[in-house]
Amino acid sequence: MKGYLLKRIGYMLITLFIIVTATFFLMQLLPGTPFTNPEKLSAQQLAVLNAKYGLDQPVAMQYLHYLGNLVQGDLGYSFQHEGRTVTSMISTRIGPSAFIGLQALVIGAILGLVLGIISALKHNSIFDYGSVALAVIGMSIPSFVFAALLQYYIGVKLEWLPVALWEGYSSTLLPSIALSVTVTATVARFIRSEMLEVLGQDYVITARAKGMRENQVIVKHVIRNALIPVVTMLGPLAVSIMTGTLVIEKIFSVPGLGEQFTLSILVLDYSVIMGITIFYSALFIFVVFVVDIIYGFLDPRINFKGEAA
Amino acid sequence: MKNTVLKVEDLHVSFKTQTGNVTAVRGVNFELKKGETLAIVGESGSGKSVTAKSIMQLLPKSTTEISKGDIVYDGKSLLGLSSKQITDIRGSEISMVFQDPMTSLNPTMKVGKQIMEGLQRHQKMTKQQARERALEMLKLVGIPKAEMRLDNYPHQFSGGMRQRVVIALALACNPKVLIADEPTTALDVTIQAQILDLMKDLQQKTETAIILITHDLGVVANMADRVAVMYGGKIVEQGTLDEIFYNPQHPYTLGLMQSMPKMNEDRSKPLMPIGGSPPNLATLGEGCAFAARCPHTMKVCHSFTPRDTVVGEDNHTAACWLQDPRVQKPKAEPQETAEVVGVT
Ligand SMILES: Nc1ncnc2c1ncn2[C@@H]1O[C@H](COP(=O)(O)OP(=O)(O)O)[C@@H](O)[C@H]1O
Ligand code: SF4
Ligand SMILES: [Mg+2]
Repeated sequence: MKGYLLKRIGYMLITLFIIVTATFFLMQLLPGTPFTNPEKLSAQQLAVLNAKYGLDQPVAMQYLHYLGNLVQGDLGYSFQHEGRTVTSMISTRIGPSAFIGLQALVIGAILGLVLGIISALKHNSIFDYGSVALAVIGMSIPSFVFAALLQYYIGVKLEWLPVALWEGYSSTLLPSIALSVTVTATVARFIRSEMLEVLGQDYVITARAKGMRENQVIVKHVIRNALIPVVTMLGPLAVSIMTGTLVIEKIFSVPGLGEQFTLSILVLDYSVIMGITIFYSALFIFVVFVVDIIYGFLDPRINFKGEAA
Repeated sequence: MKNTVLKVEDLHVSFKTQTGNVTAVRGVNFELKKGETLAIVGESGSGKSVTAKSIMQLLPKSTTEISKGDIVYDGKSLLGLSSKQITDIRGSEISMVFQDPMTSLNPTMKVGKQIMEGLQRHQKMTKQQARERALEMLKLVGIPKAEMRLDNYPHQFSGGMRQRVVIALALACNPKVLIADEPTTALDVTIQAQILDLMKDLQQKTETAIILITHDLGVVANMADRVAVMYGGKIVEQGTLDEIFYNPQHPYTLGLMQSMPKMNEDRSKPLMPIGGSPPNLATLGEGCAFAARCPHTMKVCHSFTPRDTVVGEDNHTAACWLQDPRVQKPKAEPQETAEVVGVT
């Protein structure tokens, strides 16, 4: 177990290193400069600015410098916001994003599980066909479309919930619901097919042959086994929520990390773009790691040498 | 005379499929007496598992229809029972062991718990009592270090050991009938013998009646008191072990016997299986299901279904037109034109 963990952490660091490197050099290829109206600056002013941000040094030096700072948790300074560190910008922005993201995950997971489980139990019924159709729609239509629809109907027409802005808990609902649609659809589809697979397994017949009541068979043998692989979906779901928030936050004016990210891209705030990219990547790698560990605990067939017995 | 525990009468089972109805079991009759072993043999697809599962009502409800016949356990018809009543009988009165021990245990539940579940359900045992009984069962089926093994998961056992666990699970509540559907087919030959010995040994201790489904005549010879030979959803011949082995009357049974390697035979010689393939159940109509492959087929075989006829001692019956007194027995030259009229 200990050896396995160390190995996994090693791989995580290597993956992160590759991502940082790739991001760094891709940023070099971006056109334009981070300074607004560079043509109005004198050569001397430019030189001062370049020196301040270390842009006068060779790329290799900049890279090593960046890595060195990163190891100490320093993502550098914003090019656009005088004197603000990227780390502080991320930490002030992460709260709202995390809140609407996690809330979407909870709503989506619960709805998805309920829908998917009922679908599988009523396989080939009207309910099943209906929820499969809904799931396909939910997965293929991007969340900003739902965001717009929700804003218009719930926010503008019915005036049940605030259309946008960040004023108290009620403001978090529409963005979370918009984000949760994809989650619901993905989870429902996944658990439905897992359930159908488990329902066809021999051990379910064994459980029935033991005389277990049908609802015990479903809860103790079918749902339990079907739920375990759902954990593996947390990774992909986290990604879908993270990317979803980029647009959703903009639409609902949520002062979150996603909105900061889009803003920074628009104004070519290199260090912030890189910082947030690296932050998202690290988060994702971490989620995958945690999922693997949880999975190992849930499924007794997995041992921590990392292979199925 | 020993008393009958289970009686299957004229059982007909059909399935709704996308291409229409398929009748997989078409008139099965047999009786099982206390403590005896009835072997059901037949090629794959002959309806053995469907017969077994319909006794336990384990077939998918939505697509299965038991269109005719009855299943009587301990004097009561099982077919009329509510689904709650049938779950009371499953696992406590009638138990089942399945073919593949690698898939018939829940992979994420400790084996001890899987045995305890049934005990807690049927015998209202406390957790502690159920655990003790489960331990006793594991010891009984010969699992070493049973105490420790209770808390193991199925993947920590070999195939043979898993089948022992499945047998422990099936016998935990002292059922009167154990249905074993090809319990050794998935196991190595040496392990097969051990599992069969175990079953025989436990049967002597518990007086459980066993329905043993198999396509291995060696297993039958080793285990059975009575034998039922199934073909195309019907029992075409049944009788005591001796009658079936030494006095087989149905051409299909004869074919099966001939395809079995003899002890003193050169085993490298290819088997002589019955030519042709099993009938398509979806299109099978009136007449003998074996007619397409039978070396003695007569006209009547194609148009009328032969009925069970007593052909030997101890209620030895076979369903074949050759047994009809009106048919001249084929001697040197089979009388292929024998006609029987007015039989349905
Ligand atoms: N649930 C089902 N739905 C439709 N057809 C089935 C079902 N179960 C079994 N059958 C069909 O019934 C026939 C007999 O099957 P089975 O009893 O499993 O044969 P075996 O003698 O090998 O155990 C086969 O043709 C099989 O395809
Ligand atoms: S009834 Fe006719 S076809 Fe069927 S086994 Fe007897 S002789 Fe052969
Ligand atoms: Mg079978």
